[in-house]
Amino acid sequence: MGNRTPLYDAHVEMAAKIVDFAGWDMPINYGSQIEEHHQVREDAGMFDVSHMTVVDLNGPDVVVFLRKLLANDVARLKQEGKAIYSCMLNPEGGVIDDLIVYYMNAKWFRMVVNSSTREKDIAWINQQAAFFDVHVSERTELAMIAVQGPNAIEKVKQVMDDPVTEALNELGVFFAVDVGDFFIGRTGYTGEDGYEIILPEAMAEKLWFELSEVGVEPIGLGARDTLRLEAGMNLYGADMDETIGPLESGLSWTVAWEPADRDFIGRESLEVLREAKPTQKLVGLVLQGKGVFRNHQKVVVAGVGEGEITSGSFSPTLDKAIAFARVPVGTEAECSVDMRGRLLPARVVKVPFVRNGKSCLPEDI
Amino acid sequence: MSEIPGELKYSKSHEWVQINDDGTVLVGITEHAQDLLGDMVYVEVPEVDHEVEVEEACAVVESVKAASDIYSPVSGIVTESNEALTDSPELVNSDPFGEGWIMRIKLADRADLDALMDAAAYAEHIESEDH
Repeated sequence: MGNRTPLYDAHVEMAAKIVDFAGWDMPINYGSQIEEHHQVREDAGMFDVSHMTVVDLNGPDVVVFLRKLLANDVARLKQEGKAIYSCMLNPEGGVIDDLIVYYMNAKWFRMVVNSSTREKDIAWINQQAAFFDVHVSERTELAMIAVQGPNAIEKVKQVMDDPVTEALNELGVFFAVDVGDFFIGRTGYTGEDGYEIILPEAMAEKLWFELSEVGVEPIGLGARDTLRLEAGMNLYGADMDETIGPLESGLSWTVAWEPADRDFIGRESLEVLREAKPTQKLVGLVLQGKGVFRNHQKVVVAGVGEGEITSGSFSPTLDKAIAFARVPVGTEAECSVDMRGRLLPARVVKVPFVRNGKSCLPEDI
Repeated sequence: MSEIPGELKYSKSHEWVQINDDGTVLVGITEHAQDLLGDMVYVEVPEVDHEVEVEEACAVVESVKAASDIYSPVSGIVTESNEALTDSPELVNSDPFGEGWIMRIKLADRADLDALMDAAAYAEHIESEDH
């Protein structure tokens, strides 16, 4: 038996197929992964993401500390409640983890990091924090439910009381609010509008069933993966890791180079790489024809070289195989992918593949 | 517990076989197999007139999760393929023992059938794989 979230019994009751995910017993689907995917694109779905790690950072040095720890710059956050996506790098410029950090006030930031990297993240953050007047606390007593989809906002408001609903009415995209028992961020991992709700463990089941009653369907980790891939969002451990940094994984936009004197961890190594020019890049692929991309399939770019699929799957929205692939920088519009011994043609495209329920592909695909 | 119709025969690799009076067999994958694989998104069926050997990989089912070869439970000649699966691979999930059939094979040697399991033996086989 693995770790269980406070919603484990609810998943079993809702006929979830449970699998091991980084030591947690988590729902992979509740019947059909594809139907769950469409449910989020067309209506509203909820995800138990209580296995993810919530870390609070408090203290007078919190801003200085985070400007050292993260490749993106929290000084860009001017308004309370605003969030930023960032990589946390090692000195070699590899990615220890990717995360969201919410700026709540000058002395409190809340960070959400991956569950599969929990132990090393906490150890690393504590090790770096030793040099600053900042307190690091892991909030294991909190649960987290993401509600995503075009009707997510409206349905969450239906189950919330007045003070919360009023706060939500004011909540902009990529902002969070701490109201009553809830910490609610208008963030997510699907490319749809919606919320990520952090709340006390003991209240999780009640909210889960209330959401279910207003027609929010439970969504498993299987659909979570196809949704994030369509949305062009990286997955830690697949698309980047401690040996592959942001410049080679489509995350250059998350590195704040200015101001030039901000000495974040990993900066020196990244600058060397930027100067020398990376030899690889992360691109989106769409299969021309039938089949499904899988992780680690070989990509062949005629006259240029070879690469590899880092996240490959089937896009239920586009009804095509899509992938992220790490390829030589000289790769242009076309390539081939070795699929079970056959080289099949694929198009190189800009990501996201899907945003707010609509295809982002060029019209000729 | 998944459905295991008593009138069919089964292979260790989770194909079902329906034996017909005309010397052909109908082949598909079991309820248990489709449940393990998850939602189907692509099925590649064999060409008609293709000659298959017993245990030859002759079709492919791809789900969101994985690609899986389908092995012919018998030797013979493919006389029919389920073309409906090209556009509706989900039939393998919704009706694995019916509309989700994969191919019809004209038996070369009826003795191949002796190696297959009956429903009770297949149920035990699933059980042993689960533990």
